[in-house]
Amino acid sequence: MIPVKFDYVAPTSVEEALAALGEHGDDAKIMAGGQSLLPVLRMRLNAPEVVIDLGGIDALRGVRDEGDAIVVGAMTTHHEVRDHPLVREHALLVAKAAADVADAQIRHRGTFGGALAHADPAGDLGAPALALGAQFVIAGTDGTRTVEASDFFVGLFETAIGDDEILTEVRIPKHTGWGAHYEKFVRVAHQWPIVAVAATVRGSIDEARVGLTNMGPTPLRARATEAALAGVSATEDGVRAAADLAAEGTDPPSDLNGAADYRRHLARVLTRRAVLEAAGAQAWS
Amino acid sequence: MTATQDRPAQEIGRDRRRKEDQRLITGRTRWTDNITLPGMLHLAMVRSPFAHATITSIDVEEAKASPNVVAVLSGKDFGDELGVNINAWPITPEQKTPTHSPMPADRVAFAGEIVAVVVARSAAEARDAAELVDVEYDEQPAVVGIKKALEDTVLAHPELGTNKSALWVFDSAEAGTGGDVEAAIAQARADGIVIEREYRQQRLIPAFMEPRSVVVDPTGEQLTMWSATQIPHILRFALAATTGVPESKIRVVAPDVGGGFGGKLQTTPEEWITWAVARRLSKPVKYTETRSESLMAAHHGRDQVQTLTLAADRDGRVTGFKVHLDADLGAYVSLVGGGVPVLGAFMFNAIYKFPAYRFECQTVLTNSTWTDAYRGAGRPEATYAIERMMDELAAEVGVDPLEIRERNWITHEEFPFTTVAGLEYDTGNYEAATARAKEVFGYDALRAEQRERRERGDRVQLGIGVSTFTEMCGLAPSRVLGSLDYGAGGWEHASVRMLATGKVEIVTGASAHGQGHETAFSQIVADRLGVPFEDVEVLHGDTQVAPRGLDTYGSRSLVVGGEALVKAVDKVVEKATRLAAHLLEASEDDLDYAGGRFTVRGTDQGIAIQELATAAFAAHDYPEDMEPSLDADATYDPVNFNYPHGTHLCAMEVDTETGKVSMRKYTCCDDIGTIINPLIVAGQVHGGLVQGIAQALWEEAVHDESGTLVSGSFVDYLLPTSADTISFDVVHADDPSVCTTNTLGTKGVGEAGTIASTPAVVNAVVDAVRHLGVRDIQMPCTPERVWRAIHANDGDAPTPGGAMPHFDEGALNQDGAAQ
Ligand SMILES: Cc1cc2nc3c(=O)[nH]c(=O)nc-3n(C[C@H](O)[C@H](O)[C@H](O)COP(=O)(O)OP(=O)(O)OC[C@H]3O[C@@H](n4cnc5c(N)ncnc54)[C@H](O)[C@@H]3O)c2cc1C
Repeated sequence: MIPVKFDYVAPTSVEEALAALGEHGDDAKIMAGGQSLLPVLRMRLNAPEVVIDLGGIDALRGVRDEGDAIVVGAMTTHHEVRDHPLVREHALLVAKAAADVADAQIRHRGTFGGALAHADPAGDLGAPALALGAQFVIAGTDGTRTVEASDFFVGLFETAIGDDEILTEVRIPKHTGWGAHYEKFVRVAHQWPIVAVAATVRGSIDEARVGLTNMGPTPLRARATEAALAGVSATEDGVRAAADLAAEGTDPPSDLNGAADYRRHLARVLTRRAVLEAAGAQAWS
Repeated sequence: MTATQDRPAQEIGRDRRRKEDQRLITGRTRWTDNITLPGMLHLAMVRSPFAHATITSIDVEEAKASPNVVAVLSGKDFGDELGVNINAWPITPEQKTPTHSPMPADRVAFAGEIVAVVVARSAAEARDAAELVDVEYDEQPAVVGIKKALEDTVLAHPELGTNKSALWVFDSAEAGTGGDVEAAIAQARADGIVIEREYRQQRLIPAFMEPRSVVVDPTGEQLTMWSATQIPHILRFALAATTGVPESKIRVVAPDVGGGFGGKLQTTPEEWITWAVARRLSKPVKYTETRSESLMAAHHGRDQVQTLTLAADRDGRVTGFKVHLDADLGAYVSLVGGGVPVLGAFMFNAIYKFPAYRFECQTVLTNSTWTDAYRGAGRPEATYAIERMMDELAAEVGVDPLEIRERNWITHEEFPFTTVAGLEYDTGNYEAATARAKEVFGYDALRAEQRERRERGDRVQLGIGVSTFTEMCGLAPSRVLGSLDYGAGGWEHASVRMLATGKVEIVTGASAHGQGHETAFSQIVADRLGVPFEDVEVLHGDTQVAPRGLDTYGSRSLVVGGEALVKAVDKVVEKATRLAAHLLEASEDDLDYAGGRFTVRGTDQGIAIQELATAAFAAHDYPEDMEPSLDADATYDPVNFNYPHGTHLCAMEVDTETGKVSMRKYTCCDDIGTIINPLIVAGQVHGGLVQGIAQALWEEAVHDESGTLVSGSFVDYLLPTSADTISFDVVHADDPSVCTTNTLGTKGVGEAGTIASTPAVVNAVVDAVRHLGVRDIQMPCTPERVWRAIHANDGDAPTPGGAMPHFDEGALNQDGAAQ
């Protein structure tokens, strides 16, 4: 488990980081918390010549209030996101999903931006970000641009971030007072989700947002379910028909943890449970 | 006289914290990988990505030119000095055993096999250069999986002409230990019950915490190998036997070793290659595997298909049991490989009085990682099979699973009892352990809740699983091993060294790798010798210090090694008695020995054992017919195995909508005879339970059709952590059945939890959904498999790949339940 030799750069500003990225181009890799990057390097699945560590850029850390949205710095750790009062108040769904990522050690190192940039289809943060309509602020040498969540996740481990760009922050529209639940289905506690459902609702139920994890190469938004949920009562029967639409148009993988048809079944059941939990109703008889 | 018995036992039975733990937990100790020697070089292995291929060429030029690379060697660069990896237990004289070169020059037989080794000044440079070794392979068809192997169409080793390695048979009619099983089955078909099942013991990976590591120093008079091994003594013997170095020129050290679970009961290609490289270059060298290499190329365990036929009368009294195993050896017959399933041969009849029994084991070779011992080795497989079958029988008869067991088990008055497999169980009390377990578990209340949930049609169903296990451990009487053609004995050795200052060093041939021997053995010596616990130092794992021994596996260290220690201590006391009598000018018959002190009865005269040790060291005054030493050695060969047993009860909840299972309660009452240290026992039981539960629910090593290990990292090979388990209720028999074949009355506990728990969990899962038509769920019981089993008949899910139906369509009593 020894990576191929690489040079290490530790910029203290986004500009420096971008300059380093510009200089080394394809040979460079950005490191945030290193929790996905380092295993990849240690298993020699990738061998960059230069690693640019964002850990020293204080400007990328923290959460701030911007009126109708909260803004989460890319280098904010899962642990900080989970506990941050602004996140808990205005984007509870994100806090709940962050709480379910891996284990405590990894949550203290892994970052919000790193996880989203990594775009693992089984990553826990993509679906909530998508469900809440997050906007991704991406910096390049020519300035910054903002990408909608629906355009950010491009494919398996692929995002709208260009080779010479850095994700600096994520704006999450406020969903103040919305109930939220992240229903993550795993066999052992430290596992990536086999399937997970991110649900957040206003009232019970006036409006709903539902994101799906690991039901395709990117996080998915269950829009048919969302539409069907508007105005239903927060009961098993009220939610069932809408939840049954959750697997429509999905393309889940088949692996040791389950074949695609089983995952579709899970998506329906977990959506029902997640929505009911989010609405504060007992999902269990 | 030498009585020590009347001294109150102060240490035995005491919850001592383990004295070794501070250094083990903090890591401030000698793990093999921590060892650094002057001028030491580092190795990296080049491994085949193909499961079966001939090697057409190996180009090492680029690797050799890489910075700080000292040498790049492949199989053809070595001659006989490379040695071979041996099979110490050919189970039949006809066994087909492919030659197992540590680094074959011509053909690889599993993905992960080593084809070249790079030697460099640092581990990183060795790894970098290993990627530059250019090996050309001509890929051959690979055979993966037992059923494919049995077809003999694709051969793992074409030169053998077959994949079938050996067929080992035990038949109670032939052995004279019981009746004819075919007759019993025929009778049951006519007027009784026949249960036929095929169970799968999936392949597991021992996954010890410390990866394997080996350091060889060829610069001294003795060549020294440090290895993260369970078996330094067997390793030394095998090195001498296969590499041409005289045994007297070899020193093997197992420093602190971080777990093994059978996975380090092996002599490995990595050790042999490191040995050969060090000798070739006359330099110290080190090799430490990566976790990926460990998962892929350290041996795996289990992997059997069990074809079972149980015959019983209508009341559920078993009349015969027939077992056919097909066991996957992987690519080679490793050290004990073929013998592992054979160890199960004696345990399928478990705690029961079966009148007739037949066992057949067919071992097969495949192009996958080789298999060998894994915690329990053969006995978990056997226990799983019979305990699952007893639950099936209970369901068929329509009685409680505990009731069906009671109808068949050996009652406590019947001990000693000779089983249908020919073993003599000395003691046991299945009734008492079961009663205690039932009470602690709250059996009746949980059954009531189960009924209630069933009636209510609750989404979450409750199941209760039973496992009443016994096992044979304390490996092993040497004569029995001889009769099985095992390549060594089963004795153990101990020495006691009385130091001049009154401190005590004891040397054991057992080789702890996390078990806590240093603590438990110190407690034994403290009590029997009457010295403070803190004054006892336990030495082991270095052939220079502990020259004789047969190492640690098979729950043998305490019951065999501990008995050797008792015998050595008794000899010390005997010698001390003579010296004491001499110095006190009294008759030996007038001496009492208690609390480490000899006293002359009826006087106030006395002398402490420590004073005697000093006197023996000074040797100024001692009996003429005595050597001036109190030290003693003992070698103990056990007269029998020993037979711990227990009743394990498990309650599992099954979410019928998702198939997810969760453990509600687990209670075990193990009867393991005398307990030396309850805390260590609790650790062994807890850890053992988790490993057994993990087989039931989580772990499975999967090779794809081409022979690539799919579960090649901990992302896919699911090891549980404490977050995945509950607190178990671990209790013991109030009035334990002490072992009668050793002085301390102890029985092994190292494997008990693992052996017992797997069937308890699966029985509970099946019990939860039996009313929905489920009779089996293949291990590990993943949510998907459980869900498919439940919904196999209602059109919600396709046919279960997991649930194994019976295999004899025409059999009686097979039509009740769903497939
Ligand atoms: C054992 C284990 C279990 C885990 N379990 C889970 C789990 O259950 N759920 C889950 O969601 N995750 C899990 N993870 C992953 C964890 O959440 C990581 O923290 C996360 O995926 C990556 O975040 P990071 O900050 O460590 O990023 P890094 O590993 O440093 O980077 C990941 C990738 O993103 C790129 N990158 C990082 N930051 C930026 C940026 N600002 N701009 C552009 N590119 C960037 C890097 O170049 C790299 O390619 C697990 C990880 C481990 C080791």
